[in-house]
Parts: sequence; structure tokens; C-alpha cells
Amino acid sequence: MLQELLAFEFMRNAVLAAILSSVACGIIGTYVVVKKIGFISGGIAHTAFGGIGLGYYLGINPLLGVIPFSLFAAIAIGLMSKKAKVAEDSAIGTFWAVGMAVGVICIGLKPGYAPDLFSYLFGNILTVPTFDLWMILSLDLFIIGVVWLLNKEFLAISFDEEYARVSGLKTTALYLLLLCLIALTVVVMMRVVGIVMVIALLTIPAAIARMFSRTLPGMMVLAITLSSLFSIIGLWFSYQLDLASGATIIVISGFVFFLVHAWRLVSALLTAQ
Amino acid sequence: MKDSIIQCDQLSLSLGGMKVLDDVTLSVNDGDFLGIIGPNGGGKTTFLRVILGLEAPSSGSVMVYGRPPGSFPARIGYVPQRLFFDRDFPISIRELVLMGRISNKKLFHHYNKRDREKSDQAICTTGLERLAERRIGDLSGGELQRALIARALAGDPELLLLDEPTASIDPQMKTTIYDLLEHLKEKLTIVLVTHDVGTISRYVTRIASLNVTLELYESALSTNRESLSMLYHYPVNPVVQHSPLSRTIDHP
Repeated sequence: MLQELLAFEFMRNAVLAAILSSVACGIIGTYVVVKKIGFISGGIAHTAFGGIGLGYYLGINPLLGVIPFSLFAAIAIGLMSKKAKVAEDSAIGTFWAVGMAVGVICIGLKPGYAPDLFSYLFGNILTVPTFDLWMILSLDLFIIGVVWLLNKEFLAISFDEEYARVSGLKTTALYLLLLCLIALTVVVMMRVVGIVMVIALLTIPAAIARMFSRTLPGMMVLAITLSSLFSIIGLWFSYQLDLASGATIIVISGFVFFLVHAWRLVSALLTAQ
Repeated sequence: MKDSIIQCDQLSLSLGGMKVLDDVTLSVNDGDFLGIIGPNGGGKTTFLRVILGLEAPSSGSVMVYGRPPGSFPARIGYVPQRLFFDRDFPISIRELVLMGRISNKKLFHHYNKRDREKSDQAICTTGLERLAERRIGDLSGGELQRALIARALAGDPELLLLDEPTASIDPQMKTTIYDLLEHLKEKLTIVLVTHDVGTISRYVTRIASLNVTLELYESALSTNRESLSMLYHYPVNPVVQHSPLSRTIDHP
């Protein structure tokens, strides 16, 4: 199966993109799951579409538009929910829709048809260019570096933010930094599953990993492994059956997620008897 | 004279238009074991949060170690009541306790051997050696409470603030926790918020009752049944003034 996949260059790129993006996804997804900030991550992802529209309108690589835009979204949503007296879900919902609206307007202003926009929305791992691979790799290294340096601080704010504050940590700054890392992970995942579905790959592998992990680093490694597996299996199915790759990856992940939970439920019922 | 560690002057605090603390004046000195009792909603937890710098007073002043609250996180150990964290979090007791060291650590620095030794000491003090590798989700309420005390102790504090450490745990475990505090008060200044009116007067050196306003009883031994009943506006069980003869004694 793997040999068949690796026969073509575009396939080699796709497999590399799947594995590289799974690294960021497993590490940051772990924080998203334990800190229960899946919805805020979804908000950042969708707001990022504004950056794609902007990049397209300005005629630059949309990835270059989306990085500053999603970082801005992360900080703005974080500050609004932490500092201003805005309910967090209202702040997220507003940014979510406004970001997408900005993207739609920008694309509408640019004459002509935008053929590859669909791939940003729903992902197309089969067309990842080499430039994007390098970008994913450098974002991976950046994320690993920051998490390695700040792992005790991130653990503290994920576990008990108030205690972290009492311990003298700058919890708001650390939280905003974590949201920025989520924004960068969204950029990384965009090529693989697209911004609409990025939230699934950010949460599903980590949520499954949590059930079998005793420590946060262990959960990260397991989440990376699961995410890589889902992506490569999804890729293979989409290639064999000629399906949309991003959607296939998500369906596979969701299927395993339900399977694991169903198995848990059944085994709990059996031991109860 | 002993050093004043916490100094509150005419402290008032309103939350959402409601006065939670009104004109509270209090000083806690080095070596004190202060018990704060009072009804729910009387502002006990809020008072601790002010000392920790989590809430700012509306008027009046608070000084902790001669500086505004929050200036010396490493000198204060805090045992919160409400468990903000998720019991399913993938973390062992050892790692939970290790997090108590963070107030002594610089940004970017990883925990080292000394941090692990300090937190292992705190695990021993609280009698959790056998459970150290367990996930926190597998612990009973009393074990988790001791783990939270261990987390506070791991940072080598001089002042320990506890918010109802015996709420919702069984009487036997309560005795264990009070014995632990009895042992800790030799070295630490302790402020304990609690509902165990009957039990604490055997342990604490001073009692304050907090119901928006604060009343202080300089000697715990002088609080008798009548004064406690007045504090709570309902009858309170007599206080056990002497040490129990055995561990199995029933506390009121």
C-alpha cells in the first residue's frame, strides 16, 4: 500500500505533509483537548479565511496572508473573552462569521474565478507544493521549540489557570501565546483538511489519545501517531475511491472516534454485568 | 513583637453591586494559626482571594509581607476549595505536586532534581508515597485534598492559605488533615477557612468569624459554646478542648 502511494512525487509530498502536519496537530491538539478550547480553535480557523481572501486579493501566496490574519484573530478573540466583558462564545461567533465575510468580500473584489480557494476551505493534500512543505516544517519546528521551552507553564495554565496565576505566572500572556500556536497549527493543517474541517483533526486524535495516556507528553506522542495514521489511511482511501482527500481523512478519524467510544461503552456494560 | 504577615485595614469589596466584605481590619502575625469561620456567602473565600491578589479591594488596603498582594507568590501556599481542574486530566499526583514548584521557577527553566526532591518531600509529609504514580482521577476526595496540600507545600511556603480543606470528605480523613495541619503549624503561618466550627478550636490559635464584617476572637480557647452559637445564629456543638485519646474518637 505504502509503495503504491509513494510511487508518485505528488503522493510523496502528500504523505510528508500528512506526517509533518500531524506533529503540530498532535502537540497543540493535546492542549486544545485538555484545556477544552475546541470552539475557540474553530473560531480562529474560520476567521483565518479572511486572510486567504486578503492574500488572494493582494495577489500574494494566500498562506502569507493567512498567518498574520489568524494570529491577529487569535489575540483578538483571546483578549475579548479574557479582558473585555464579552461572553466567550459571542466573541468567537462574531469573529468566526466576520472573518469569513471579509474573505468572501475580498475574493469578490478580485475579478476572475478563484480556482484553488476550495482547497483552502476543504483541503487538498494531493496538490501540496514543495514550498508549503518547507513552511509546514518550519512552523512545526517553531511550535516544538516554544512548547519545549514553556511546557511547565502550558501544563500549569491548562490544568488550573487560577492556581497558575497565584503562582505568579502571566497567565493571560501565556494563554494568548497558546492561541497563537493554535493559529499557526491551523495554517499548517489548512493544506491537509482545510479550515472548515481543521477542528476535527485538532481534537479527534488528541481526544482518543487522552483515554489511553497517563501524561501530557505521552498523550502528544499518541495523538501525533493517530493523526498521521488517519491522514495516511484517509489519503489511501481517497486515492483508491477517488474521494475528496480532506473529507475522507475526517470521516476516517470520526469513525475511529465513535468506534473507540462504542467499544468503551460495551466493555463497561460487560464488566458491570 | 512578631512580624505582621497579613495586614488588612478597613478592607471593603463589592462584587456585582453586592458588598461581600465590609470594613475588615485584621492582622495575621508570623506563626499564627488563624481559623476563619462563617456562613456560606459570608465572604471567606473572597477574603482569601484578596490576600492572593485574585480580587482587588474596592476600598481599604491589604499588605502581604509589607507589599501589595501577589508580590511574593513563592512565599504563599494556596489550597483552593473549588476544584477548577478536570479530574480526567492525564496527570499523576507526582506531577500535580511538582506544579507547586512553579512559583520558585523562572520562565523557560525546566524542573530539576531539587524540584523533584522538594515535591517528593511534600508527598511524604502528606502520606501519599504509595499513590504518587496514580492518575488524579483515581483518587478519593480526601486523597485529592491531601495532594492539593502537597502541591502547596512543594513550593516551600511560609504562609499557607487553605479554603475548606475538609469540605465533603469523611470524618476519619478530616482528622488526618487536621493532624497534618497541627504538624505544619510548627513551621508555617496558617490561615484556614472552614465550616468545622466544633473541631478547629482545638487546633487554631485565633478564630475570626466572617459574615461580610469580621469579628476576631484573640484566643481560640476562650470561644465557648455560647459565643460560637452567636456567630452562627444557631446552636453549635461543644468544642473538644483536649486532644483525643485515640484516633477513632468521633469529632462533633
